[in-house]
Amino acid sequence: MIRLRLEQRAATPVWFYAALPLAAVLATLVLCAGLIVLAGGNVFEAYGKLFLSPVASRFALVETAVKAAPLIFTGLAVAIAFRAKFWNIGGEGQLLVGAMAAAFIGGRTSLPDLSLIPLMILAGALAGAAWAMVPALLRTRFKVDEVVVSLLLNFIVFYAMMALLDGVWKDPLSGYPDSPDIRDEAGFPTLVARTRLHLGVALAFLAVPVVHIVMRHTTLGFAIRATGENTTAAAYAGFPVGRVTLATAALSGAMAGLAGVGEVGGLHYQVMAGISPGYGYTGIVIAMLAGLNPLGVLPAAFFFAVVITGAEAMSRATGIPVYLADVIQGTALITMLIALLFTRYRLRFRGAAHG
Amino acid sequence: MDEIWGQIFQIGFFAALLRIATPLILASLGEMFAERAGVLNLGIEGIMLLSAMTGFSTAYFTGSLWLGLAAAMATGAAMGVLMGVLTVTLGLSQHVSGIGVTMLCTGFAFFFYRLIFGQPGTPPAITAFTTVPLPLLSDLPFIGPVLFDQFALVYLALVAVPVAAFVLYRTPWGLSLRAVGENPRAADSAGIGVAATRYQALMLSGALMGAAGAFLTMAQFNAFTFGVISGRGWVCIALVVFGQWSPWKCALGALVFALIDTLQLRLQASNAIDVPYQVFLMLPFVLTIVAMALVSRNARAPAALLTPFRKEER
Repeated sequence: MIRLRLEQRAATPVWFYAALPLAAVLATLVLCAGLIVLAGGNVFEAYGKLFLSPVASRFALVETAVKAAPLIFTGLAVAIAFRAKFWNIGGEGQLLVGAMAAAFIGGRTSLPDLSLIPLMILAGALAGAAWAMVPALLRTRFKVDEVVVSLLLNFIVFYAMMALLDGVWKDPLSGYPDSPDIRDEAGFPTLVARTRLHLGVALAFLAVPVVHIVMRHTTLGFAIRATGENTTAAAYAGFPVGRVTLATAALSGAMAGLAGVGEVGGLHYQVMAGISPGYGYTGIVIAMLAGLNPLGVLPAAFFFAVVITGAEAMSRATGIPVYLADVIQGTALITMLIALLFTRYRLRFRGAAHG
Repeated sequence: MDEIWGQIFQIGFFAALLRIATPLILASLGEMFAERAGVLNLGIEGIMLLSAMTGFSTAYFTGSLWLGLAAAMATGAAMGVLMGVLTVTLGLSQHVSGIGVTMLCTGFAFFFYRLIFGQPGTPPAITAFTTVPLPLLSDLPFIGPVLFDQFALVYLALVAVPVAAFVLYRTPWGLSLRAVGENPRAADSAGIGVAATRYQALMLSGALMGAAGAFLTMAQFNAFTFGVISGRGWVCIALVVFGQWSPWKCALGALVFALIDTLQLRLQASNAIDVPYQVFLMLPFVLTIVAMALVSRNARAPAALLTPFRKEER
């Protein structure tokens, strides 16, 4: 009998960090191919539609980039938090408060035109940061597990938003539970004429190197990484671990908040119930696939933007449920988690007689 | 105002309270078993959703609610095994594994529901469980209609609490379970199979979560909707902290939560208070967080919670 054993590695080859996400994605696609067959579809046709239609034309490519923008922000939010082992699962709620802050500034104030967009961005980031501080404070002050709190806060902010949209913020024109459009001057400029490529997309792409520099080359970034790697050692080395946790949460929440700002300022010009179809949760998969590396967030977010936009085209063409995209997300998270095991361990085959 | 409270606190109120508490009791007992063995089962929300779907579908096609319940519990147990592979065998982060299982189960539930039922105008429905009045007992004043004219699953949940306490504190398996959650190394030295015990706990945990999901689609409602769980699973994780990993206190927490929820439904229906109904929906989550903040300082989780165990490593 052959036994599989996991042995600890002394060192991890550098190319592993690039190869593992690819292996995880490949494994995910193979596993999900089984579902396509089960649904009576042709795997090549389905995956062809899924992956090619979002990049097949200039228009489609722009739409995919627009879809990627909030995913880049939520992916960065999770990558920052998880690096410090602050398990922020509240990206969804932080996105929503960011969106509401932007809609408030852009639609309900009489601020000077030129100040609107900068203030929307600032307010959205601050709102997201403040909302992420709640689980961080509860953890540092009361030792409450941040996973549950940040999750529960998602529901709280969603219901609060719906109360607003159904009440004071209800659009009198449409009568639907959505807010009136923001002022014209608050709408983000588009970067390419006659496309939806807006300022928020540029901000998302810009955020990637900025977060990378913060995490790699600043004291704060170093403190965040040190705290995550070994909290006790970090405290012993003199890092104010509690304050680092709060700063991590603020930075993470600000990113998620900006995801909401972009959706309001550049895409929907209002807040409504479906403003985020779970971008906060997809951010978790993106960050894991990126190995919690900010630079890796960009390709990972783009991959899921393709999966999410392509799923509809696939479903229309083949009749396979569009929810295949959700299964791909869950599977990718699990396969990546397993793949990460190989950075620390190697597989050894050995006969039972020796083992 | 007195009149309103009089209208609210009627027999129907307390009967509804027990029905709302039932899935919370079942799922939080499930979560409690997993955590007592040292594994945080964050797959709970997804496991409940997928089980609710498989239970409903099975009942729809076989016409048997009990087969549906069995299918739901089997689905839950299978997902418990998946949690076990990730966290026990592979020793991966329990936090991220659980989120992964929830996302996978959610995807599966939506995908297969759409695959099986397509996109009909009205969601397909089943004849749900009806209440089973217990002879004689249900004739008792007040207590009868509240306690003894309920769904079979409500009785099951109420019986599950003392049974869970008995299993946990009075059986050899319960002792192993607690040992594995507190000090796996010592348990291992004493000849207890740490991995096997954790797998068993996770399967039991999943089966109970499955029963909770099945209750929602097969007794509380008679159809499956994508939002059928809507955070109840996450609340159960908080209930376990609130209940300090004790079956009795977890059940008590579930009853308190259900009380708030039932009250919210009645106040909403009575139109007595001019507050947006979403505030009432939000309230249980706010109170859960407040309760956690109050309790967490003194809460003592199983010592080995969140830590994987490998025999060969020291």
